[in-house]
Amino acid sequence: MSSTSLAIKNITMQFGGIKAIDDLSFDVQDNQIYGLIGPNGAGKTTIFNIITGNYKPTSGDVEFQQETITETKPNLVVQKGIARTFQNIRLFKSMSVLDNILIGFHNHTSYSYLEAIFRFPRYFWQEKRIKDEAMMILDEFDLRKFADKKATDLSYGDQRKVEIARAIATKPSLLLLDEPAAGMNPSETEDLSNVIHKIKKDFDLTVLLIEHDMKFVNNMCDMVTVLDYGEKIFEGKPADAIVNEKVITAYLGDFTHA
Amino acid sequence: MKNLIIKTLMIASTLGLIWYAHHNMDPYPLSILNNIGIFVILALSYNLINGVTGQFSLEPNGFVAIGAYMTAIFLIPTETKIDMYALVDPAPIILEMQANFLPALLAGGLASTFIAFMISVPVFRVRGDYLAIVTLGFGFIIKIFAMNTPAYTNGAMGLNDIPDYANFLWIGTIGLVTFVAMINIINSRFGRAMKAIRDDEDAATAMGVNTYWIKTLAFMTSAFFEGVGGGLLASFISTIAPDQFTFLLTFQLLIIIVLGGLGSMTGTLVATILVMGGMEWLRFLDSNMNIFGYDTGAHPGMRMVVFAMLLITMMLFARKGLFGDRELTDIIKSRFKRRKS
Repeated sequence: MSSTSLAIKNITMQFGGIKAIDDLSFDVQDNQIYGLIGPNGAGKTTIFNIITGNYKPTSGDVEFQQETITETKPNLVVQKGIARTFQNIRLFKSMSVLDNILIGFHNHTSYSYLEAIFRFPRYFWQEKRIKDEAMMILDEFDLRKFADKKATDLSYGDQRKVEIARAIATKPSLLLLDEPAAGMNPSETEDLSNVIHKIKKDFDLTVLLIEHDMKFVNNMCDMVTVLDYGEKIFEGKPADAIVNEKVITAYLGDFTHA
Repeated sequence: MKNLIIKTLMIASTLGLIWYAHHNMDPYPLSILNNIGIFVILALSYNLINGVTGQFSLEPNGFVAIGAYMTAIFLIPTETKIDMYALVDPAPIILEMQANFLPALLAGGLASTFIAFMISVPVFRVRGDYLAIVTLGFGFIIKIFAMNTPAYTNGAMGLNDIPDYANFLWIGTIGLVTFVAMINIINSRFGRAMKAIRDDEDAATAMGVNTYWIKTLAFMTSAFFEGVGGGLLASFISTIAPDQFTFLLTFQLLIIIVLGGLGSMTGTLVATILVMGGMEWLRFLDSNMNIFGYDTGAHPGMRMVVFAMLLITMMLFARKGLFGDRELTDIIKSRFKRRKS
């Protein structure tokens, strides 16, 4: 029996009078690919922002590996092993692909500011180490050939891969992907799902992803939770989700009174 | 290894040039060079917070003032101080403060760094335009403070007779140290984090960067070198008054770093030479000119008109500054690559 990686416990999130999330709970097991789906405005990205510490929930707790992380600052959440990507790709525009990956190693290098200014040996050792590691990650995504290119000069699909690679560089055990396949053509989507399966195996990851593309979700996820207006309306296997009446109603509207 | 040898050679030859210039140049061109050197230090450090970290702050005049006053107070001999403080008697601690040139400079730098650390708490609670306003306010406060504490700063009369230890050997060497330090910071995990904050602060946080601490670090480093530069300035012109440290000084530095390209250290270097040198080299425009036998007469201030026009033209053709956010070496490298392929 695998253990719980992430536990969402009775989370409620209110923005003024609007309940974005209403008493939501679900568990993500280790090495699962867990899908979070629902129509626009259902509160999926809000959940991500709560997990990563950007929002403080009105009530409820987030537990990661049996440790409460609800009040933890975003940069410390990353250090605990949760990395994320953004819905609209947010790469560091002025930097090369390699530098974008190297940022991810920020907390995996320990030389001090003065050691950097005076170029102590530790600077050279650690820089060489993380550059080698970054190249290995780029190889994993088949991006090595773009290492010196500006990140924004890449195609949309490749930029998405750089963003995931950058998240991998922080050495997470849980990866949060916010609509990774949005705006991609079918071949790019297939390429992406292969990449996600591959990195999940190679880096021993648990993946929590938000997605609209049901075919993609069906191919990828072991479990899904369907949200509508901040409430959980379904939890289970993706194959069962697409035949569930509530889910269909949420996505397509209610036809019974038509 | 090859890189290391090239870098060592470059540093050594620059030191050689500084030494040569110090011993062989006439006083007037050397004074222009000194001025450029001081502004290189100020502009490089300003570029670290404004260009590299992307925090649009407008306070360097404050830090330069702190460094200048601190260094000046440490350098002026006690007897001179007793004569100089005309409005009120100097505070006892002012008379106690005595040091050699290098410790005095470091004291100026460290005082600025300390103040930067103190104000970073309120300053970095805001972003963008609001940050500019907060830091602008700080610059004003420092100036007003210098005006209204005559026991420490001699008020509006300022400090005179500051021993002029600052020759081109000092200024050039410290300028070189600043440049190397900046390049080393940029090419480290700290520099990458600073650039990441400039590009997208939320994404930088999502990479585990403590953005508040990195911004403070950049701010403090910038303040340190601005303080040291201020100390050099005080010793070089040997007289300081609150009026020298107005927003105009910040504005001048802002012109330099925008012209050079925000975030480019080599760009800042070139732009400082163009701006500070240009102001001097265009002086002939102020005097009488004879164009095709027609005497234009003297128009004092003409050089500023031409200078402004030159600046506008340059910014029109190089929207992101001379070098953009790239360094000179990157540009040469990419040219070289294009030719090969």
